[in-house]
Amino acid sequence: MPPPELILFYVLATGTLVAAAVMLLPSTGRNPIHSAIALIAAFFCLAGLYAQLSAHLLTALQIIVYAGAIMVLFTFVIMLLNLTPADMREPRFAWWKVAGGVLGLFVFGKLATVITLATGGEQPINLADPMNTPLGSVRDVGRMMYTTNLVAFELASVLLLVAAVGAVVLAKKKLDYVDAPEPSPARTHLHRNVPAGTVLPHGADADPPASHGAHH
Amino acid sequence: MVITGNLYLDLVLMTLLKFAGFVLVFVMGVATVLTWLERKYSAVIQDRIGPNRANIGRFRLGGLFHMLADPIKMLTKEDFTPDTPNPWMFRLAPLLAFVPALVVFAVIPFGPGDNFQISNSELGILFIFAIASLNVYGSVMGAWASNNKWSLMGGLRISAQMISYEVAIGLALCGIFMIYGSVDLQEIVRNQGELLWGFVPAWGIFLQPVAFVLYLTCAIAENKRAPFDVAEAESELAAGYWTEYSSMAFALFALAEFIEIVLIGCVGATLFLGGWQIPGVTGTSPGIVVAQIAAFLAKTIFLIWLQMTIRWTLPRFRYDQVMRLGWRILLPASLVNLVVTGVVLALIDRSR
Repeated sequence: MPPPELILFYVLATGTLVAAAVMLLPSTGRNPIHSAIALIAAFFCLAGLYAQLSAHLLTALQIIVYAGAIMVLFTFVIMLLNLTPADMREPRFAWWKVAGGVLGLFVFGKLATVITLATGGEQPINLADPMNTPLGSVRDVGRMMYTTNLVAFELASVLLLVAAVGAVVLAKKKLDYVDAPEPSPARTHLHRNVPAGTVLPHGADADPPASHGAHH
Repeated sequence: MVITGNLYLDLVLMTLLKFAGFVLVFVMGVATVLTWLERKYSAVIQDRIGPNRANIGRFRLGGLFHMLADPIKMLTKEDFTPDTPNPWMFRLAPLLAFVPALVVFAVIPFGPGDNFQISNSELGILFIFAIASLNVYGSVMGAWASNNKWSLMGGLRISAQMISYEVAIGLALCGIFMIYGSVDLQEIVRNQGELLWGFVPAWGIFLQPVAFVLYLTCAIAENKRAPFDVAEAESELAAGYWTEYSSMAFALFALAEFIEIVLIGCVGATLFLGGWQIPGVTGTSPGIVVAQIAAFLAKTIFLIWLQMTIRWTLPRFRYDQVMRLGWRILLPASLVNLVVTGVVLALIDRSR
């Protein structure tokens, strides 16, 4: 019988690939929520693989940050979009999807080459004995971050800070429009060039100005 | 270390034993009792009698049998599925809320040593954060799949609220990690065994009082209970995210909430009340070990009582108040707490 670690590895690896495929396949890809859930499953299996490589901190962060926070925001946004069946009928063919696929294949090939070259075809981690490669514990990663890689770490945090401040500034601007007493251009731009009384695709009435306030 | 053959079997058996003893008996037991106790306790606070009708023959025991009657009722009720394009997601959601709530108990040290912890993962509290953060999917998916606007509103509120408070709770607990120098829960508890100046136990609540308040507030908000139950908010959203749920599916959501009460108690006792430590008591004799386990359970139950008292004495916040409290008060407070802790620790380090 193969060692249980190996069985677990194949289960998790298959899970990752299947979930990633499900995310992209047109049959589920039509509904973004299904894709999001498949992505969460993929993240989860990936976290399991990290745990097998004894990268414990990475396991926790993968779930806390990606599965637990970022994807929650994704689903939040998708729910807010309130997509109608018409919005997600046929997966549209687009050149950027092809470009993305080609780029993905390129990155995969590059990574595979680099890893193969770097390890000389050998397994860098013995799957049956992952405990003997203690590189990913909380202590180890913390020490590396605050000693050898301090500059990179601080630069990355500054970058994130700038991004956060930028996001707040952008959001603030939008809020001002909402607070404006008069319907500003930002509020009505959705209904521009639509004659009064037209029924818009999402079912809302195209805006008799008198009832405008009631929608918001 | 390569584990093979019989050792695996022993490991599995020990884990099952610990799981049965701690999670099934204690956690599920307390959660079940809570289903009755909470209504009884709210009745005491509101000067009512509360549930007291359920009986077996002439025995009523103050209505204690309600906790048996409720599951029977839940099991036999109609299991309703709304007209939704995503029935399987509607079915999956209660499980996604329930399972993570149980899984996190794997790393809680309920007694001294590895024998009294299901998994001594070095991740410790990070594991709890990771799994507990998945809890939100259950509620949000259920809300979305219900195909009901009130449910969806509840779901949106949950996801915003839980993400907001996760940030504050993580930063609040960082002070604890800095003081005890670990995220491993068993080690944190061991480091709380000393006495400060000879009489104050070195518990988290004495060293990090602000963090304790922040932790309890954020944890109750994460559990979406009053005063933070805006996702349920029966006066605004029917019943919020679980409006469409009935029967056992509803029971799973409700039970997950009660289990999380126990979890908040366990984590709070571990990080802030010294876990299984009894001040001044050391040793490894069986009597002391049993006393220490009892101490841990007693501390957990104390924190459960505290949560129930908070829940039934405070009115619900408005939704914007919840968000403002999280981002403008709790988050800055936890950051200040973190900085002050760091400065004090650095000063102590220098004076040595």
